[in-house]
Amino acid sequence: MIYALKIATRYLTASKAQTGLLVLGVAVGVFIFIFMSALIGGLAEFILSRTVGDISHVTITAEDPDPAILITPQGHVLTVTERGRTRTATLAEAATFIPLIEAVPGVIAVSPQITGAGFLTRGAQVAQVGVTGVEPGRESAILNLDGYMIEGSARLGSGLMVLGQSLADDLSLRLGQTLRLQSSGGVSAVLTLSGIFDTGNGQLDSSSIYVALPTARTLFALPQGVTRIEIKLADLNAADATALRIRALTGLDAVPWTDGAAQLMEALDAQAQTGYFLKTFALITIVIGVASALLLSTYRRRPEIGIMRAMGAGRGFVIFVFVTQGALIGLMGGLMGAALGYLALLPFPSRDAFEVGTLPMDITQGSYGLAITLTVIGAILASILPARAAARVDPVTAIGQ
Amino acid sequence: MSALLKVTDVVKTFGTGEAATRVLRGLSLTLEAGEMAALLGPSGSGKSTLLTILGTLMKPTSGTQVMLGQDLVAAEDRALTTFRNLHIGFVFQFHNLLPDFTALENVVFPTAVREGRETATARARGRELLTRMGLGARIDFPSTNLSGGQKQRVAVARALMNRPELVLADEPTGNLDRESAMQVMDLIAEINRDEGTTFLISTHDEKIARLCRRQIVVGDGLVTG
Repeated sequence: MIYALKIATRYLTASKAQTGLLVLGVAVGVFIFIFMSALIGGLAEFILSRTVGDISHVTITAEDPDPAILITPQGHVLTVTERGRTRTATLAEAATFIPLIEAVPGVIAVSPQITGAGFLTRGAQVAQVGVTGVEPGRESAILNLDGYMIEGSARLGSGLMVLGQSLADDLSLRLGQTLRLQSSGGVSAVLTLSGIFDTGNGQLDSSSIYVALPTARTLFALPQGVTRIEIKLADLNAADATALRIRALTGLDAVPWTDGAAQLMEALDAQAQTGYFLKTFALITIVIGVASALLLSTYRRRPEIGIMRAMGAGRGFVIFVFVTQGALIGLMGGLMGAALGYLALLPFPSRDAFEVGTLPMDITQGSYGLAITLTVIGAILASILPARAAARVDPVTAIGQ
Repeated sequence: MSALLKVTDVVKTFGTGEAATRVLRGLSLTLEAGEMAALLGPSGSGKSTLLTILGTLMKPTSGTQVMLGQDLVAAEDRALTTFRNLHIGFVFQFHNLLPDFTALENVVFPTAVREGRETATARARGRELLTRMGLGARIDFPSTNLSGGQKQRVAVARALMNRPELVLADEPTGNLDRESAMQVMDLIAEINRDEGTTFLISTHDEKIARLCRRQIVVGDGLVTG
């Protein structure tokens, strides 16, 4: 109804100050909505990047085979055959699966690894360490070792190792030093310290050593296969679905990072719920504001509505005029609020550059389209009550006012 | 002349029980096509109520109302709205123009609301009517910038926009000075004569009533003369 749209527009432009204030009120509501979306989204992003950004998003670990047991018909265990505990469970067919896993959509890095425990000896000093053997060239596939290096290089080669700063401090190590690393199986290797990293993760920095995969094979007596495959995804929220896909594809026990992060997920969920509440309140404020303003307008324009009805305007036409006003107010307020929100978020660092001490606002999570859509819908709903009231105006009494 | 409108035994009661007030008490009236009639009577005699019923803005409590062969008492609200738009024009005492619209926009409203937009044809008709009313230079003026007499002439033009068979005017000159009142009445008489539009004009003014060919006197809810 072009004519109803014209009348609605005329009514809005006739009271510019009132309409301006109303649109501004809606815009503030939308601004809060967008600001909260960006803050909650950015905060979640920040927390996730700090907690799980450097860990494997999907991990495949070799399962320890159950010990063979000989049981009598009466149920008595006669014999338990347990293989040597120094022998780690392996993913013997890892090499076959890696190209398959790499081809799964969303997978950005795959790192086959051999992990185990060991002892690092420097003179009389001995430190218990966790040893991770990674393929040369894939040192930073999961943990961004390159980015955390404070001395030397993350590049691993034969006879080289990198370790954390705390461990280096504990043993008073410096680059180029030669140390003896003994695996839990008793195999020793003499390695040169080629790099020191500082991840900010206390446990990692004080007890982790990275060596090249061939070195780890020697240390843990694994001539083939690996003990785990770590997989990094473009979207860590897609870990559950991707793990299922890899499991279906390879038959291996792919575990998403979310399996061991129930508390973190609950905290993020609670945070998201808080955001929903705040955004809902912002929308309710918009709806109440629009409804009250239009109700006032309906009352003020009763004589005009009466005239329109007398001149042949149907109830539907009157309803359309007022609902259109609501929709226009919602649209203008939504667009203005979205623009204000975007401009207000521009000075904040991007999601890739969040820093401790600043608000982790993510401009990409402002939910601009959603905010505008919900505002228009809310404003339309808010205008229905005033519109119905307008349509019920009795022309006889209204004209007599 | 043929009967344009006929109401028979029309009763209108407001309120219920002891508070009930019977304003029209079985009033009957026939208006012929092309008539120009004055509706006279003291305040409270039921003139305005009768005009409101004839204008389909209110239904009688009982009685029959037929216009152009249509039973308007039985008609639904939507049908009455359309009927009113096509066949009845209104002129009110206080002009009742839409304040946020120009003179032309006010005049074309009855057509635009039916067609869903302001067509070029409707605007041409609106301009023609306003020019005829002597407002050719005020066509695009905001209605709030017009004088009382000019506003009432815009209201007459608006009432004629859809070429209705009947125009109901409730004290159309009651708020105007003598000169403006006579200008408006001259226009009404001219249109009645040239286009055959039927006018029923409610008035207290004997001079205005004498300009009409027929005088209908209402008293105590009945046509008394």
